[in-house]
Amino acid sequence: MTQTHDGSPTRRRGSRGGDRIMVPEADFTSYYGRAIVKPAPWEKDIAFYLFTGGVAAGSSLLAAGADLTGRPGLRRVARLGSLGGLGLSVGFLVHDLGRPSRFLNMLRVAKLTSPMSVGTWILSLHGPFAALASAAEVVSMLPAGWQRIGPLRLVAVLGRPAGLVGALTATPVAAYTAVLLADTATPAWHSAHEELPFVFCGSASAASGGLGLLGAPVAQAGPARAFAVGGALVELGAERRMERSMGLSAETLHHGKAGRWMRASTLLTAGGAIGALVGRRSRLLSAVSGAALMAGSLCTRMGVYEAGLASARDPKYTVVPQRERVDRGEPVRHRQ
Amino acid sequence: MTGPNSLFGPLDPAPDAGYVDAPKRKGFFTDTSVCIGCKACEVACKEWNDVPENLYQMLGTSYDNSHSLNANQWRHVAFIERPGTTPAPDQPAAAPVDIGMPTVGAAPSGVPDEAKPDFQWLMSSDVCKHCTHAACLDVCPTGSLFRSEFGTVVVQDDICNGCGYCVAACPYGVIDRRKGPEGDSRVGIAQKCTLCYDRLTDNQRPACAQACPTESIQYGDVDELRERASERVATLHEQGVMDARLYGNDPEDGVGGTGAFFLLLDEPEVYGLPPDPVVTTKDLPRMYQRAGLAAAAMLAGVAVSFLGRRP
Repeated sequence: MTQTHDGSPTRRRGSRGGDRIMVPEADFTSYYGRAIVKPAPWEKDIAFYLFTGGVAAGSSLLAAGADLTGRPGLRRVARLGSLGGLGLSVGFLVHDLGRPSRFLNMLRVAKLTSPMSVGTWILSLHGPFAALASAAEVVSMLPAGWQRIGPLRLVAVLGRPAGLVGALTATPVAAYTAVLLADTATPAWHSAHEELPFVFCGSASAASGGLGLLGAPVAQAGPARAFAVGGALVELGAERRMERSMGLSAETLHHGKAGRWMRASTLLTAGGAIGALVGRRSRLLSAVSGAALMAGSLCTRMGVYEAGLASARDPKYTVVPQRERVDRGEPVRHRQ
Repeated sequence: MTGPNSLFGPLDPAPDAGYVDAPKRKGFFTDTSVCIGCKACEVACKEWNDVPENLYQMLGTSYDNSHSLNANQWRHVAFIERPGTTPAPDQPAAAPVDIGMPTVGAAPSGVPDEAKPDFQWLMSSDVCKHCTHAACLDVCPTGSLFRSEFGTVVVQDDICNGCGYCVAACPYGVIDRRKGPEGDSRVGIAQKCTLCYDRLTDNQRPACAQACPTESIQYGDVDELRERASERVATLHEQGVMDARLYGNDPEDGVGGTGAFFLLLDEPEVYGLPPDPVVTTKDLPRMYQRAGLAAAAMLAGVAVSFLGRRP
């Protein structure tokens, strides 16, 4: 604690300005200004994972589509993106554990009430199939002689069916992370639970489509372009809607670190989407737009992540909404 | 084992968790009106449960240097110093009763009572609430957190992999991942009050309740404690202490009532407690529904992106 306090509980004015006043300023009481709920004890790993998991999921969808419609260039970048995204995701997730050596304990139980457990099983289902499809892609890049080796031939043959299973299990990978964050007492995450899945799925589509634009030849990148622009529009729209339904804690998306990430996200995502539409014949502009969309997606994840931590650190976001509903005579009670 | 109230609403947690012939639900009633801030509960808890040192120093916040409930602090006494509330004119303060204690310290002063500073202590020993609907337990992905036969919520140290999800899920900010001291066998693992699970299985009171010299911390069957608490509030109201209120005793509240509940003398947030906590998993079905919709939209989106285009 760096603040000094007299012996009495802190009462202070809630609003600290900012570019937008979401609600009237709040007067509230706390115990020496200390947090009530605890911020998630996670490193930035988890924000990175939100991004890499989204890229992996979207890429796996694009890869299956490209495979079925005969777009080998798009398929290659999407399958490699899926593999890279998955590998990084697992790395981030394991690294963030307090006891990384016990990561397999995640598979002891399957619990519907735990989005992390559900997510683990979703990843365990999706991961091997998506990775097998990616392995088939790697095999196709080997010298022709090597491709005739028995096991490698088998991998190549299994590429398409594995990729299809991977695609069918991909969207839950992109969507569950929103539930993962929302199913907490962290004010800015929980209050966003209606729209956060759409923000995250949109963000995953924009990022993976962006990767397609970055890596695939223009002639084959059409679907990636449509997917990216659609995702960017959904993300931007859902994000605006989310801020309206969040109430007081929407402030945290505008202040400090989270505010900077979110502003960058809007610029990069909107700019990337426009660039992708305008530059449909230019390899360079497509690539730059794709990179901007990916960066925008990363910024969204960082912004939402940081906003949640900020909302947990300040007791205002826990106390004020709860106090207001109690004072209105509408505390949360089971009897209806 | 799952009923209509498994995520929200009144419930007896042990049978809901699948126990047959479970003992009666055990809990704490912490009556802060008789807490003297001695911290015997903090010490007893640390000694019995081998909880290492807290990582905080002098905080300058009244007598509270243990900061908060966290992985290394399973009981936490809050201290609030403030101007006293003047008793109503028709409710004169009771005269002190001589109980024959030897006199120590300063001699009686000649200062009249009116001239003494108007001053009030609020002290409260906080602890894990052992919620009926415990978010920490609901979200634990390894099954490390479990519901005991006593209806309490306990971490299994040898299972927890330190994912930290319970930390973000607790609406009271109780459970935390242990950060230190270095070399402690439970660093990196979620830690909190177990309601002295080991003592309970041996028919003993939890260490904090055993050590409490004023019976501010009362241990027993939750049913009986709730009755006792209601009587205590009624008594205090009769005595003119109109600020007395119960916190966590209502099985209809946002967490289905808590196994450890409190009698407070001011609003909960004054003590660092949330005024209207709700278990986050109450909304989980809705969250899955929204996520399912978003996932379906994404799948449709990719299909549309490929349709009608020739490579």
